[in-house]
Amino acid sequence: MRVETFLRQSAAADPDRIAITAGDARLSYGALDAASDRLAAALIAHGAKRGDRIAVLMENIPEAAISIFAILKAGAIFCPVNPQLKADGIAFILGDARPVAILTQAKFLRACEAAAAGLDMPPLLISTRAPAALPQGVLAFDTAISQAQGVAAPDAGGDDDLAMILYTSGSTGRPKGVMMTHRAMDAVSGSIALYLRNSADDVVLCALPLAFTYGLYQLLVCIRTGARLVLERNFAFPQAVLDKARAEGVTGLPLVPTIAAMLLAMKDLGPQALPALRYLTNAAAPLPPAHVEGLRKLFAHARLYCMYGLTECARAAYLEPAELERRHGSVGKAIPGTEAVVVDETGREIASGAVGELVVRGPHLMRGYWENPAATEAALRPDPETGVPQLHTGDLFRTDADGFLYFVGRKDDMLKVRGEKVAPREVEAALCACPGVVEAVVWGVPDAVQGALLRAAVVAADPALAEQGLLRHCARILPDYMVPKTIEFRTELPKTASGKIARRLLIETDAPTLATATGWAAKTGD
Amino acid sequence: MSETVHSQVRTFVIDNFLFGDHGTPLADDQSLIENDVIDSTGVLELVSFIEERFGIAMADADIVPANLDSVARIVSFIERKREPVN
Repeated sequence: MRVETFLRQSAAADPDRIAITAGDARLSYGALDAASDRLAAALIAHGAKRGDRIAVLMENIPEAAISIFAILKAGAIFCPVNPQLKADGIAFILGDARPVAILTQAKFLRACEAAAAGLDMPPLLISTRAPAALPQGVLAFDTAISQAQGVAAPDAGGDDDLAMILYTSGSTGRPKGVMMTHRAMDAVSGSIALYLRNSADDVVLCALPLAFTYGLYQLLVCIRTGARLVLERNFAFPQAVLDKARAEGVTGLPLVPTIAAMLLAMKDLGPQALPALRYLTNAAAPLPPAHVEGLRKLFAHARLYCMYGLTECARAAYLEPAELERRHGSVGKAIPGTEAVVVDETGREIASGAVGELVVRGPHLMRGYWENPAATEAALRPDPETGVPQLHTGDLFRTDADGFLYFVGRKDDMLKVRGEKVAPREVEAALCACPGVVEAVVWGVPDAVQGALLRAAVVAADPALAEQGLLRHCARILPDYMVPKTIEFRTELPKTASGKIARRLLIETDAPTLATATGWAAKTGD
Repeated sequence: MSETVHSQVRTFVIDNFLFGDHGTPLADDQSLIENDVIDSTGVLELVSFIEERFGIAMADADIVPANLDSVARIVSFIERKREPVN
């Protein structure tokens, strides 16, 4: 099934049912279907063709959902772009994916224009939420929808077409475009809906960014099952979000450890905070045991799912809530219809208890990285038994005697800050781009709220360089979660025998409990 | 007094969220969230600052945009909380 079919089917089943609420806005399935049909027609009228890429750079607003389904209905491929990215980060994606259009908000237009400068074929900008007149050449989102003729989109394509290219940080410091087909997204959203037992009666609150896999699949699973999605821009004001959740009768609450920490830090939250809540989920980074306990006390009537995923397959494993008591720290087993096994260096399954790399098999795997065959070959390698490609996650796991999976650490230096993946090399490159910086190293230290705090050390040739100035430089080119918390100046950095900067040495001097540091900092899903 | 509170709040916001860039235009009534000056964890830092610097205990119900989403709102919240109860 193609992804836009989720919407068509739910809209046909009950057009008046509410699909999305955001602030005071309520969008029915019928209205979402019709608005995305008209936007699809507008995109086609402006030249979008099957297989074209179209970027969506928006916060958690209903227009993001309209855009995603419109792009798919037009036969094109949507590229979610994290609105926290600065012009440099956006420019990389535009240069790599070469989208024909960007659907965005007026507040991001300047960054989009700066990012698109220098491209041979500047993408069409379509903007929503403009307080004043839009700059010349920028199309208004509402105008595009209202002026479009209600023509049905032509045959949009097949299940094996690409639906999405989603950029994820790579350990080399260069983001990679994860290519997902309609078939893969259908498989994984169906599997998630099955084990979470989602139905049209669910009301899911999503404060996670739609531009990342975990947030995006809240939308897709809701639309697939006819459920209601309550969109929140962020979790900055927990009480306001919870008031809203209570008023909407929220049944599903997806969390990352940072949000869990914020919930548990609330002073006046009682056990009946969300009376309709049926389940909570955690992904993106492991939930500390104290938070598991805290959440179970606070939401005693709800089921807590500890999950593991990554952009390259969306979701790989989950722990049945009934096992939570007996399997502390486990992310369970493969999601329905897939396999997740721990293998040795040759790609063969290893015995329980031994540490190896987790590989994932099934219909939900990415097709590969966009125009990056070397990275694709490294991640999707043939299963030595069957020859079928299996996804190498780069995450080290072990299993217990019953086959339950336990996350151990990362094979590379990737970190997780507030649940978002950070490549130290990308931050180091940003530091080194500042005039006067000779070399730089970035590492993470564990933090109860953020998962990891980024620390940096630099060698500067310019004695006038100061920490705040360098932080400002970083904040101009990096999203906030990638800006180091502290930067220290050193006369030299520790090196390995081969002359590489010894990041591990710095981690060890900074955090004596390295096991905790890697456990926290490492990635366990997006 | 209010000038002091005002300048302390402004300095905290600029130092912590704008990395000391006093050149960035930051109107007192400008939304900190909408303009991406602070995010979720920034609100936590802001709450700690208000509690520690001004000795105000913030209840969950105090941590709302009406009290915290601009320099002017933060100053006004602090002044209300600090008024002597007679």
